[in-house]
This record gives sequence, structure tokens and C-alpha cells, in this order.
Amino acid sequence: MERHQSAALVAPILTARDAGLVGCRGCGRVWPQGTPTCGRCGARLVPVDVRGLQAVWAWLIAGLIFYVPANLYPMLLTKTLTGHLENTILGGVIELLAHHNYGVAAIVFGASIVIPIGKFIAIAYLALAVGNERRAGGHRHLRLYEVVEFIGRWSMIDVFVVAILSALVQLGFVATINPGPAAASFALSVAFTMLSAQSFDPRLIWRGPPDTAGNK
Amino acid sequence: MISLDDLVSAQDRLIACPQCDALHLVEDLTETESASCARCGTLLIAPRARSFLHVVALSFTAMILMVGAVFFPFLKISTKGLSHDSSVFGAAMTFSDGLLAPLSLAVLLMIVALPVLRFTALIYTLWPLANGRAPWPQAARAFRLAEATLPWSMAEIFVIGTAVALVKVAGLATVSLGPAFWAFCALIIVVALKNSFMSKWTIWNAISQPR
Repeated sequence: MERHQSAALVAPILTARDAGLVGCRGCGRVWPQGTPTCGRCGARLVPVDVRGLQAVWAWLIAGLIFYVPANLYPMLLTKTLTGHLENTILGGVIELLAHHNYGVAAIVFGASIVIPIGKFIAIAYLALAVGNERRAGGHRHLRLYEVVEFIGRWSMIDVFVVAILSALVQLGFVATINPGPAAASFALSVAFTMLSAQSFDPRLIWRGPPDTAGNK
Repeated sequence: MISLDDLVSAQDRLIACPQCDALHLVEDLTETESASCARCGTLLIAPRARSFLHVVALSFTAMILMVGAVFFPFLKISTKGLSHDSSVFGAAMTFSDGLLAPLSLAVLLMIVALPVLRFTALIYTLWPLANGRAPWPQAARAFRLAEATLPWSMAEIFVIGTAVALVKVAGLATVSLGPAFWAFCALIIVVALKNSFMSKWTIWNAISQPR
């Protein structure tokens, strides 16, 4: 095999796909290409294929759609002696800021606004960038994917906050907190984006040309 | 250079990295060693001394803590002579009327049912293996189930959510923490420990090996 000058881009690593095998994503065992299920753990064997990206896009769009009502409708309905208050996600953050709870405001802002939007952008970017580059550059994308997968679940924090507040603050006429419709659409949005990240196959990141361009 | 035919014949000694598909030859590791992917650094194999027993023991611990976390009082709020307390179950059930009912079910699933299912599946899979016996029937299915529930078990996120809720309520009333809150905190530590003791490759090998 002929090696090109730009050594940094040469990937001497053979993938299961190059070797005519398919690796099980559940347990790592390899099988000949075309095997339907893993003989060891019973998981379905999925060949590395861009068609899997359709599911990623579908879940991502569903997540985006539900993120809109999640921000427009109130998350919390508060009744106190002094009046009636409806808080959206952003409204809750602003209120925390007004009470000088900067740390908590940052957590809520991060978990319900920065992380979801960042995730939409990151998944879309990964799905578009996949396969367009040389394998040696994939580390950056893999890191991004790992961050997205790790951090995605944490967006659920706001739903739990609403649940705890509504269960706890039931003090009759003094103060009552009830969940608003945004809680459900926000939970759905987070779940759909999690599914989107899960259906993204990170092996696609390394699907580019096996060697430098001159070798093909 | 290894030829492709060699690779195919050595199939059961190969591992493909689940993150980047790079092929590696599996070597027998001692109990203190671990192997990660040469390209992307994903941890592939990490056999630890008596890890099966550790996972079983920690799963039992987590189950017991979960019982306490669900049924003991979780938080109590009081102001101007009025008070109200809530268990974890109560928190999940706040969505139970009207259109938000499915959300109640989802919250209950994420903080109680799925973690319990995961602990049960792990105990079922690893109990016979820890005792050096053959795996029970359907062990592969049980372990696959345990792996699938992992991203959806959100007990630790729930606890951070509690902390945020406490700060929000603090101005309004006095809040006291019940035993269930501390059980939940302990649960997080136990679950994190348990997950660090697990090596998928080792467990799958043990399940599939006839003995």
C-alpha cells in the first residue's frame, strides 16, 4: 500500500466496515457483513450507513417543533395572596435574576435554554458534516457528539423543578403553584432530542476516505 | 500486515469500537488493566477484580435506598402556620390531572421505575455469574434491557432539580428536607460507583460462555 506525504492525515487504523465486517454497537463483537443480529448479545446489527441520518433529522425536527410551545406557554402558574403569576421559562430566569439568585438563574438558563439550543445546532452540524472529511479529523466531531450525548439528559432538570414546586407549594390561599402546559412540551422536546442524539451513529464520523486523497 | 482472511477467522477475538468502528485484537487483560480504543479513546474493556459481585451488591443497595426514597417524606414546606409535605411519588403525581397526565407517568418512569428495572435486570444477569454458575435463561435480554434504560434513568438530575426548587421556594417559605432526600443523594453515589464497576465486554463474555 502506498503512503502519501501528509502523514498526519493517514489513518493506519482498519475499521470493521473496511474489513467487510460489521461491529455490534451493544457489545463490540464483530460479524461478517450482512449478519442480521449479534450472536452474542442479540442486538440488531446496524451497518454504517448514512440512511440512519433520516431518523436523526426526524427526531431533531420533532424536538424543535415542541421547543416552540415550550417557550411560549407558561411553565409555572403561581397564585399568591398578592396575585396571579404565569411564568415562562425565560420569565422564570428573569425573576431569579431579580431576586439576585445568580447561580440558580445560571443553572436554569443553561439547562433550559443554552443546552437545548446548543444541542439542536450541534446535532444538525454533525449530521451535515459527517462523511465530508478525512478520518484523522474526526476527533473533534466525536468529542462534540460525546458532549451532546452526555449533556442532553440534563435539560430535563426544569421539568423536575416544576414537578417538585407544584407538589410542594400547595398552601391554600397563601401560595399555590401549578404546572403549566409548557412543562409537557418541554419534556417532549428534550426526549425527542435525546432520541435524535441516540439514533446518530458516531461510526459515521469516521466514514470518510480510509487514506489520504492520493491513495484512491 | 494482517490479511482480511486472518481477520475473519479470528472473529471472536476482535472487537470493533462502538464509537468509531476501529478494529482491535482482544488480548487477555489482568484485573488491573484496561483497554481503550487506539483511535478515539473510548474505553473498550475493563475487567476489575470481582466486579460482578460489586455490581450485584451495589444494585441491592440502590434498590433499598430507592424504597426509602419513594416512601419516606421528601420535602416539607411551612409558612405562616400552614404546612404541606410531599413524597417523591407526590412530586411525580402533580401532573396527574388533565392534559399533563402522561407527563406524570413519564416522570415516575424516569426517576423510579426505570432505575428499579435496571437494578433488577443487573441483579438477574450477574447474580449467577458472581457465584460462578451458568447464567439464567434470557440473561442476554435482561442485560440488553439494563443497557437500554441507562440514558433514561434520571435520579441524579432529579436531585439537582430539587436543589433548584429549594432556592426558588426559599423566599416564600421554610423548607425542611426529609429522609427521602438524603436517600436520593446516597442513591446517586451508589449508582455512579456501580456504573464505574461495569465492563460490558467482560459481562457479555461471561454471559455467552458455556460452562
